[in-house]
Amino acid sequence: MSETHRKLAILAAIWAALACMPLWMPYVGGYTALGSRVLVLGLGAMSVNFLLGFTGVLSFGHAAWFGLGAYGCGLILKFIALSTPLGLLAGTLLGGICGAILGTLIVRRRGVYFAMVTIAFGQVFYYIAFQWSSLTGGDDGLRPFYRQPLHLGFATVDILHDSAAFYYFVLICFAAAIAVMGFILRSPFGRTMLAIRENERRARFLGIPVEMHIWIAFTLSCFFMAFAGSLYALVNNFADPKGLHYSQSGDFVMMAVMGGMRSFWGPLLGAIVFVVLQDYISSITINWQIFIGLTFVVVVLFFPRGLLGFLQQRRRA
Amino acid sequence: MCDRMTQLLLFNVTNGLIIGAFYVLMAIGLSLILNLSNVINFAHGGFLVIGGYIAYTLEPYLGFWGALIASPFLTAIIGLAIERVLISRVYGRDPLYSLLLTFGLAFIFEDGTRFIWGANGKPFTIPAFLSQPLSNEFFFITGYRLFMVAMAAVMVSLLFLLLRFTRAGIRIRAGTLDLETVAALGVNVRGLRSLNFAVGIFLAGLSGVLAGGQLGLEPTMGAGLLMPSFVAIIVGGVGSLPGTLVGGLLIGVASGVTAAIFPSASEAIIYVLMAVVLLIRPRGLFGEEGMLT
Repeated sequence: MSETHRKLAILAAIWAALACMPLWMPYVGGYTALGSRVLVLGLGAMSVNFLLGFTGVLSFGHAAWFGLGAYGCGLILKFIALSTPLGLLAGTLLGGICGAILGTLIVRRRGVYFAMVTIAFGQVFYYIAFQWSSLTGGDDGLRPFYRQPLHLGFATVDILHDSAAFYYFVLICFAAAIAVMGFILRSPFGRTMLAIRENERRARFLGIPVEMHIWIAFTLSCFFMAFAGSLYALVNNFADPKGLHYSQSGDFVMMAVMGGMRSFWGPLLGAIVFVVLQDYISSITINWQIFIGLTFVVVVLFFPRGLLGFLQQRRRA
Repeated sequence: MCDRMTQLLLFNVTNGLIIGAFYVLMAIGLSLILNLSNVINFAHGGFLVIGGYIAYTLEPYLGFWGALIASPFLTAIIGLAIERVLISRVYGRDPLYSLLLTFGLAFIFEDGTRFIWGANGKPFTIPAFLSQPLSNEFFFITGYRLFMVAMAAVMVSLLFLLLRFTRAGIRIRAGTLDLETVAALGVNVRGLRSLNFAVGIFLAGLSGVLAGGQLGLEPTMGAGLLMPSFVAIIVGGVGSLPGTLVGGLLIGVASGVTAAIFPSASEAIIYVLMAVVLLIRPRGLFGEEGMLT
């Protein structure tokens, strides 16, 4: 089998596994809603990785855009219009536009400085959501709101009560988002991102406006993240300040690193492992944070290339 | 009326300076580690909490003063061990890894503290003469808060003197600028980094004891105190310790004054300040262009 054939086969296997998730999930001890959560968090991790793995820029405050997406979506559904697509659109725009604006302040920094500034700015939104309780519900979170049935013209799909239908809705959104992501990465712009990651100085010498490109990549990543956040609000019918907190950002970065941050699919694998592990451990002990922390430490020390990188290395050896 | 306004403002500025002094004490340790080793120590808040709880455990045996002195040293020893065993392994790698490693450690510390000492807050008693308000008429500032400021001032001055006049201090400052050249000159960079880390953690431990006396102890207190330290460093400029000093005092005053005028924004204001600084002077107030960028 040639390399291209092998890649196509793997790709087909991934999509087949995702498409049949509601069928096989119960047999491995999961449930369909867990599948929706994995997809949404996986999309978030892939958005972080869009920046981290393909532009080489570490944002440690991406939960801000995730949480803003969730609040944007929730606020629309609660106060303005009972429409799922409108909620998604509003959430994505809210998170993405805020990201684009703050991005202008951030893009001139690099390395640890960039990470610190993004963490700190991310926390602004956490405090706003926490304090502005008349609008956001404060610490208790934003509720009640419910995802609304989809009206497709010829039929109405009840995604609120039918969890399998909702899973497929999330899967379609996920597929659309990562198709756009993959398309961008294959475009000349995506190649330029890689060039910046590999050697920023040389990219600059070639006349590439590096700051501009990083800003665009950052903004795109924020939009993807906000889209994931809007979906997350639909998954939970709930939005809370924790989704904006830097520890959530850390979780996303961890998923990306754990799965393998130089690969396109790695973060999804990381999200699967992370969510399943968290779901499982938190059901047996209240001190589950210790295990999450230990996982971080072990992955960083022993699997810096992530699971996918580790497997690929093994295959080559 | 005008008098009352001035008084209120003065009170809040003083209050802000006191908070700021505390931020400085914590942030300067963080800054020290960041400058030399390029590690954003997410576990700094965790070390602070450990310092506070160790003091709480020792207090019945050693009393307040004994605990105040012993706890930072013990915390620094724990920090040194962790630096040796774990953090030193990722020095050569992308800073992302040290960030994630200390992020994981922060989880372990927080949950570990909860496991050992319980999830409920613990009181940390301070000597009676320190808990008296200094004056009932104008400022309701207790002696303890003044004591915190004095401690912060003494420790920071001591740190600056050590960095200025001792051999190790000069090497640390040189390493901040160019660690490779320092290594090439035959300095044991490994030892230097460990020493530097231990000093930073010592300051975190001390901050923990002092914070415990003011706020009481809770496993989650470290995470809440970490962010202002980050902001202090960014406002002051990464790479500059005097910058961190000024940054910490500045955000303390900003949040103190805001707490009087518009209380619910007192936490968000420091980020607004940070945004303004980054807009006008992207490298921070005292940062040098090219440092860690």
